[in-house]
Amino acid sequence: MTIKHHIADDLVLAYASGELDEATSLLVATHMSLCPQCRQALELAESIGGSLIEEEAEAEIADGELEAIFSRIENTKESATPAPVPERARRGSYVLPQPLRDYADGDVDGLRWRSLGGGVRHLPIDTGASRAKARLLYIPAGSKVPDHGHRGLELTLVLAGSFYDEGAWFRRGDVEEADATVEHQPVAGPEEACICLAVTDAPLRFRSLIPRLAQPFLGI
Amino acid sequence: MNTSNVIRLASMRSGFSQTGILAELSQAEMTEAEDRGARSAELDEMSAHLVAVAQEQDREAFSALFRHFAPRLKSYFRRYGEDDGRTDEVMQETFAAIWTKAHQFDPSRASASTWIYTIARNQRIDAFRRERRPQFDPNDPAFVPENVPDGEDSVTYRERAEHLSEAMAELSDKQREVLRLAFFEDQPHEAIARRLGLPIGTVKSRIRLAYGHLRTRLSPTAGGLL
Repeated sequence: MTIKHHIADDLVLAYASGELDEATSLLVATHMSLCPQCRQALELAESIGGSLIEEEAEAEIADGELEAIFSRIENTKESATPAPVPERARRGSYVLPQPLRDYADGDVDGLRWRSLGGGVRHLPIDTGASRAKARLLYIPAGSKVPDHGHRGLELTLVLAGSFYDEGAWFRRGDVEEADATVEHQPVAGPEEACICLAVTDAPLRFRSLIPRLAQPFLGI
Repeated sequence: MNTSNVIRLASMRSGFSQTGILAELSQAEMTEAEDRGARSAELDEMSAHLVAVAQEQDREAFSALFRHFAPRLKSYFRRYGEDDGRTDEVMQETFAAIWTKAHQFDPSRASASTWIYTIARNQRIDAFRRERRPQFDPNDPAFVPENVPDGEDSVTYRERAEHLSEAMAELSDKQREVLRLAFFEDQPHEAIARRLGLPIGTVKSRIRLAYGHLRTRLSPTAGGLL
């Protein structure tokens, strides 16, 4: 599997600094679990964080803080021993990688899809109070995703099958990023149904926000 | 690291006084090289402390980590505008997490400050934002591991850390300032722009330039991190 469409630098930086909301973080983390290249970019971004911590001013620490921490550690009785590492016997057997599988409460077989008509199904994913909304989409082979626009950034991560949009193919692990100016109509590849995670109205932290009338996305 | 830096550091380590080649260096350059050498030694020391906490539940090592990181992390948490009571609580949770998770620290992959930064960041999100922070799980069967060719060792962490610290030193003060604000403050770029009295476009382009510079300096063709 070769991923061609990655997470943009600015999103990696925002994930590393902890500024992304939960829904967008879910998509970024799920892509990371499939993409060693983006994990390396994340390592770089986190080392920047580490080196900025070294440069932080040294605030005064009250007496007794360290002792308070030691007594807290003793009270919780958690020891610094490693948890057993589970076997990787079933590598590749899941369509939904972590952390998405936890959020969806299982792999694709057990999902309770809701129909959107034309064979297209969706499943909203609960990401708390997050402004951006995450949902899984199921698009039958060869079908079009209903035409849609969105207010902010839309990120789509392919998990099964493929889709074609704006002159490019997107396959497992690929992320399509579309800002509010893009009015697009992805088409699922002919080989099998396309399953993807879509996050809409992700905050445009590093981009200028172009306001536009929001069109209802798939009736939600 | 360029040749003159290597010579400088080697001379410093072997205890040479400021003569010969060293006499030609400006005081500023010397200080910079000394700082870098001292920082590098300190990083190794902190890394060893974390390993000692993981392997021997070493309280002395943990205390040394606390003395170094607690004052810095307190400043970091205070950036998020919570009162001191909340900050102290998150400090305690962070250090308790450092104690219980120390076994997850891999000194060949990250510096102690980077690893501790990620722990602090996650505690901050939990405590101040009350959100979950989704993370990938390297033990997940669906996880795609790195494809490291046999016998071909990737750049060591030590080398990567040196590249990064040099690349950070090359940033202008202005670039480092916006990078710090962008990284450490829960503020949109508009707020950073207001605070620094700069147009928003300038803030954005400085962040992009700073990050782009680090990324380029650490790219595989530059023999660096990525």
